[in-house]
Amino acid sequence: MNKDTFKNITSKRLFMPIMCLVIVLLANVIKTPDFFKITLENGVLSGYIIIVINRASELVILAIGMTLVTAASGGQDISVGAVMAVAAAVCCQILSGGEVSVDSLASPLIIAIIAAILAAALCGAFNGFLVARLGIQPMVATLILFTAGRGIAQLITKGQITYIRVDSYKTFGGYIGKCPIPTPIFLAIIVIIIVQLVLKKTALGLYIESVGINGTASRLVGLNSTLIKFLTYVICGAMAGIAGVIASSRIYSADANNIGLNLEMDAILAVALGGNALGGGRFSLMGSVIGAYTIQALTTTLYAMNVKADQLPVYKAVVVIIIVILQSPVFKKMLANQKAKKTSGTTATEGGK
Amino acid sequence: MEKEIVLEMKDVSKTFPGVKALQHVDFKLRKGEIHALMGENGAGKSTLIKVLTGVHDFQSGKIIMAGESIVNKSPQDAQSHGISTVYQEVNLCPNLTVAENLFIGREPKKFGFIDWKTMKDKASQLLKDLKIDANATDKLEECSIAKQQMIAIARAVDMKCKVLILDEPTSSLDDEEVEKLFILMRRLKSEGVGIVFVTHFLEQVYAVCDRITVLRNGTLVGEYETAELPRVMLVAKMMGKDFDDLADIKGDHKQLEKLIPVIEAKGVGRKGSIKPFDFVANKGEVVGLTGLLGSGRSELVRAIYGADKPDSGKIFVNGKEAKINAPIDAMKLGMAYLPEDRKKDGIIADLSVRENIILALQAKKGMFHLMSRKEMEEAADKYIETLQVKTASRETPIKSLSGGNQQKVIIGRWLLTNPDYLILDEPTRGIDIGTKTEIQKLVLDLADQGMSVTFISSEVEEMLRTCSRMGVMRDGKKVGEITGDDLSQEGVMKAIAGGDGNE
Amino acid sequence: MGIFKSDTSTAPKRKINSNTFLLMITILLFLAMYISGMIIFKDNGFAKPQMFLDLLISNAGLLVIAVGQTIVMITGGIDISVGSVTALVCMAVANQMENHGTSAYVAVLIALGIGLLYGVVQGFLISYMEIQPFIVSLAGLFFGRGLTSMISTDMISIKNEVFLSWAKYSIDLPIGSYSKKGRFIPAHIYPTVIIALVIVTVVALIMKFSKFGREVYAIGGNSQSAMMMGLNVRKTKFKAYILNGFLAGCGGFLFCMNSCSGFVEQAKGLEMDAISASVIGGTLLSGGVGTPFGTIFGVLIKGTISSLITTQGSLSSWWVRIVLSALLCFFIVLQAVLGGIKKKK
Repeated sequence: MNKDTFKNITSKRLFMPIMCLVIVLLANVIKTPDFFKITLENGVLSGYIIIVINRASELVILAIGMTLVTAASGGQDISVGAVMAVAAAVCCQILSGGEVSVDSLASPLIIAIIAAILAAALCGAFNGFLVARLGIQPMVATLILFTAGRGIAQLITKGQITYIRVDSYKTFGGYIGKCPIPTPIFLAIIVIIIVQLVLKKTALGLYIESVGINGTASRLVGLNSTLIKFLTYVICGAMAGIAGVIASSRIYSADANNIGLNLEMDAILAVALGGNALGGGRFSLMGSVIGAYTIQALTTTLYAMNVKADQLPVYKAVVVIIIVILQSPVFKKMLANQKAKKTSGTTATEGGK
Repeated sequence: MEKEIVLEMKDVSKTFPGVKALQHVDFKLRKGEIHALMGENGAGKSTLIKVLTGVHDFQSGKIIMAGESIVNKSPQDAQSHGISTVYQEVNLCPNLTVAENLFIGREPKKFGFIDWKTMKDKASQLLKDLKIDANATDKLEECSIAKQQMIAIARAVDMKCKVLILDEPTSSLDDEEVEKLFILMRRLKSEGVGIVFVTHFLEQVYAVCDRITVLRNGTLVGEYETAELPRVMLVAKMMGKDFDDLADIKGDHKQLEKLIPVIEAKGVGRKGSIKPFDFVANKGEVVGLTGLLGSGRSELVRAIYGADKPDSGKIFVNGKEAKINAPIDAMKLGMAYLPEDRKKDGIIADLSVRENIILALQAKKGMFHLMSRKEMEEAADKYIETLQVKTASRETPIKSLSGGNQQKVIIGRWLLTNPDYLILDEPTRGIDIGTKTEIQKLVLDLADQGMSVTFISSEVEEMLRTCSRMGVMRDGKKVGEITGDDLSQEGVMKAIAGGDGNE
Repeated sequence: MGIFKSDTSTAPKRKINSNTFLLMITILLFLAMYISGMIIFKDNGFAKPQMFLDLLISNAGLLVIAVGQTIVMITGGIDISVGSVTALVCMAVANQMENHGTSAYVAVLIALGIGLLYGVVQGFLISYMEIQPFIVSLAGLFFGRGLTSMISTDMISIKNEVFLSWAKYSIDLPIGSYSKKGRFIPAHIYPTVIIALVIVTVVALIMKFSKFGREVYAIGGNSQSAMMMGLNVRKTKFKAYILNGFLAGCGGFLFCMNSCSGFVEQAKGLEMDAISASVIGGTLLSGGVGTPFGTIFGVLIKGTISSLITTQGSLSSWWVRIVLSALLCFFIVLQAVLGGIKKKK
């Protein structure tokens, strides 16, 4: 019974992602004992853990979109970083009314934000059309915006870095009034809740998994595989849009070259760390969310160890490769063969299936 | 009289986990003969060929060529022993030229470089020798399937094969192309090549083959001279009956008082898969579709259901003309379709039993009307219970269930949508006897409750037990219907075999 | 006579299949762009032979890299790490020569070594571990860029004399233009162009005349069939990625000879240029079709676009990337549509 409960816990989907997170956090606690210490400075909370949760917000939002795309199409959207830049550019350009730096808003905030998210969703729709309708490999299709996206963002801002030095705009990346908790944390949680609600209250989640696991069978039970795949790309685009607005609000500007830089890699990593197969099918949104926080914790840790921002990708690339090797059927087969060899001598009968 | 034997398989057995695919099968191929390998689904034809060509290993038995026992570990091994295979799906590269496809892996070289001129000349010579009218420099994809098939054979022949296996090469060819293929086959035969011909077209067997070996359920039924085996006998042997003692099985069908058509198809057809057909399914009636594998029985129902959109004809549902562009349209009109290939088209492997059961109903309801957890669980429990699905729990992934239980789940999926018209394509294949009977009973019950059912099966008895009327399919065409007294094993076999039954 | 009588009549006619059609569009597109450039920017020297040679000079590295990309794309794969490999090569070479006193000859070996190593590791993961090429090379992209910044985050200019003497060795050609005063100014090229053209020619010969080359086409056309015909699919794929890595190393060095410096942001998006050049040059994303010859035109088109935009002056350099992406998108969609038609037939 006891053994069973243990097995039960370890076999839970979220076990691995949570373990990873715990390991990273423990490593931090050992290195910096006050890792979990939260203090109130200048009326806002501060401390390592707050930094991690705050900084992870964009990644969490991206990871949600990436999870859906991965589940439905068995491929990844590598344009999310560039789409963030597009959204930021659209948002800031509308707010500034074309000026390079403004102290007051040229248009209402809400319009700019909606426009930004719409623009990003449009980018997603473009990707979705190529993948779902024309059947192009997801990564090749999204490669187009991966490179063109930042160029488009530059065009929107006319090659300038547009500054919006208005407090109301800074809220999204900063603080609401006197609230001591950074806004991005709230935004991330709100997005998680909304998407989770959509998945729980509509059949979208089931449809996505079904299409991702077996497209032909799904069609025969009446699902429109094309439309469902397309939708996930639109959602992924919209998510990138929201993340783009937050990222731009943090620096109250639209820096087309740096907003969302290298984040596509982190988002893919979050999905993989969350225990989701990169080949599509069943997915766990919470797994990806935990994965995203884990990566941010890892990033912050590496920063604390004096690793420069530019060098982070080296470590992340290695982690990605390790995860995909562990996930790969070839590796699993090798492992199974090893196991079979070990057991075959003693219990030949059990070796069957 | 007895010709030299080029290939002999002796007492070959092969088991997959849980399945005895081949049991003590013997097979003999003589020099210069065309030998048909026949059998229904699951008979073990393809396993035998895969064992022979080294795709699969085998547990016991021997393969003997030219007096020596050989072991093939891979298709390449088999090739080096002189055994070449040409599959239905042409295994050539469409983007390369004909000449390259003939010679890749063994290109003629000059100073270490590929000698294109020699290769082209040799290819042209080979094509000329075999009277295949293709240009050596053409891209393979520019050739018709029939030509590609022949080029594949040419490649095999040029690699000095003694045994040529043709695995359903004629499935996608038209009559004229088949005839050309036969000319080539006869030519090779006269040159002493032993040919194993796998097909399910009876006409073709009687047109070119010297001998027939019949397999059933992984065992050898027998080897026969084509000339001495009447068609009806062959069908009977494939179906596992001795024609002489065909007991008459009759279902106890209630005579329907009034025929109310649920589905009417008029002139529905789809190019390349099924010729235009008429078909009616009435309320409360079980209609069977019979015919050998590949005869078009699945294609017919798929066309009605919109799985493969037909390009001609009209479909009427309850008397009204229906527009069916995709399965969802058919579902909304009250149709349900249990596909032939459970693994590929039926189950969503990683989803749970519950999710697999409710999926079709959920798709029908639409994305924004998610069934509540309680509704789902009730629905799942109901069908797990009524169909007696053996599963650890309703949340178990369907892939870990046995084949029969998976099939029950899929049946449950469709019953849950409460259809007026249910299509069951081979619902009992690969399922234990107990479950088979359960499914047959269920079908009759459903019909009694007023559902219209179309039932497809390779097993004639099963069809006789359940169906009150049967459509007969042959070579992608609906060739007739059997009713009343003709509904007997003999009648069905004769209808399937076609011709005058004795050729 | 043959048994397919009906077909003999059409046989002698040269059929234009969709692949040749794509390549023809590309060549026409290049000519149209270049000629319109010659007409519109006549005064900016677009009509001079040197203009064309400059295309080759500034894209010599890309040419070699794109040809490598073409090879892996013919196998049905892709490699998006080539840009960061280039940056890594430039940085490593510059750093070794400037900060560690390595000779230029050893620097060449370093460049080739980096490329080969990349090819071996990525090739192994893709062909033997069967991991999606995209994921592998995406990781490769980030890995390379990160490693570059580990060497140095500052720009390193190369001042090694031997290296510079190679890079700046101008070769005059008998063709040229006349200055306003009627003086003959010979057109010139740098050794990079010759090296690149030699490499591309050798690769083209390998692809056409070696067993390996034909096997690459075969596995791209239908890897299942290739296996059935007795080819070692994994090994061929592995070799293709190694060759690609080697060419990326070569291309990276040529790139370095052109820029004479190493910095982190170098060759950013070069993978996109290489992929675009291959696709525009007639390489199918689904594999099996493509030639180094076509890729040359892909590279020339990319070069022409950037020359046109630079010469025009008022458009930002971002337009190069956007136009190229749009063109890539156009060709991808065209391929998908043509592929769809072919399947229907």
